Amino acid sequence: MILFALGTIGLLVRRDLIFILMSIEVMLNAAGLAFVAAGARWGQPDGQVMFIFILATAAAEVSIGLALVLRLHRQYKSLDVDAASEMRG
Amino acid sequence: MNSVFYLSAAVAIVSTVLMITRLNAVHALLYLILSLLSIAVIFFISGAPFAAGLELIIYAGAIMVLFIFVVMLLNLGDRATAQERSWLKPSMWVGPATLASILAVEVAYFLLHEPAQSLAPGEIAPKAVGVALFGPYVIGVELASMLLTAALVGAYHLGSRHVEKSEPRNLRQPANSEAHHVDFAKPGIASSDDFVRVGNDRPAGAP
Repeated sequence: MILFALGTIGLLVRRDLIFILMSIEVMLNAAGLAFVAAGARWGQPDGQVMFIFILATAAAEVSIGLALVLRLHRQYKSLDVDAASEMRG
Repeated sequence: MNSVFYLSAAVAIVSTVLMITRLNAVHALLYLILSLLSIAVIFFISGAPFAAGLELIIYAGAIMVLFIFVVMLLNLGDRATAQERSWLKPSMWVGPATLASILAVEVAYFLLHEPAQSLAPGEIAPKAVGVALFGPYVIGVELASMLLTAALVGAYHLGSRHVEKSEPRNLRQPANSEAHHVDFAKPGIASSDDFVRVGNDRPAGAP
């Protein structure tokens, strides 16, 4: 819970795209921790299964996010997400 | 048991706070790895050794390597070496090393002093996890494989230079971005004109 809140705070406060991705990682970790703790509480393996799914989602998300980081850096020479706030076409 | 849990939870929270307050990406990555390690310790002592291993291998191993790879890739240039030397000063290692040594002492204490006792009353063996994963959750496994394939294709598409060349150039910094692309182009593969030609070969309406 505290970890999720910290991830949310980091997501809102920081304007660097790498820090935003790391905060999302922290939030996914907090969700996985909640699942594993619930699975350990009731003695069921379902919590760890959900943690594995969260892990796969995090891997997919971070690969896409880092590709976006590379493109943003190539195009704007900055990692500030406010630099990419203009839409055209 | 409880004191070990609270200590590692405190390490996780402190390292996460320090992570989101760092100004430097590499320092933040150090604290993020520490946070992941402490969460792995929490998994281990709460009866989920398989999840702890996966957390270590995939999060702290693979995903952090991706992050570090991208951070280092964005700092190509002559002053990269000096910059890395200034980033990894010995004073920067003190905080992460202290918190990591707390975790190491926890694990050593746990392994040495309570060897006969089971990890937790509700410990779930990896076999049970595997049976559940490929039993009722097999459709989820298939969906996860499709998700990973889509992520692979999407990351390749976003990372390829054809997309970038076929788009209209950025309005803000046209001259700088041109020089920047030439810097980033790999030598010996194709010249910049080849990229432009490849971009024009794409069907109209492609992004």
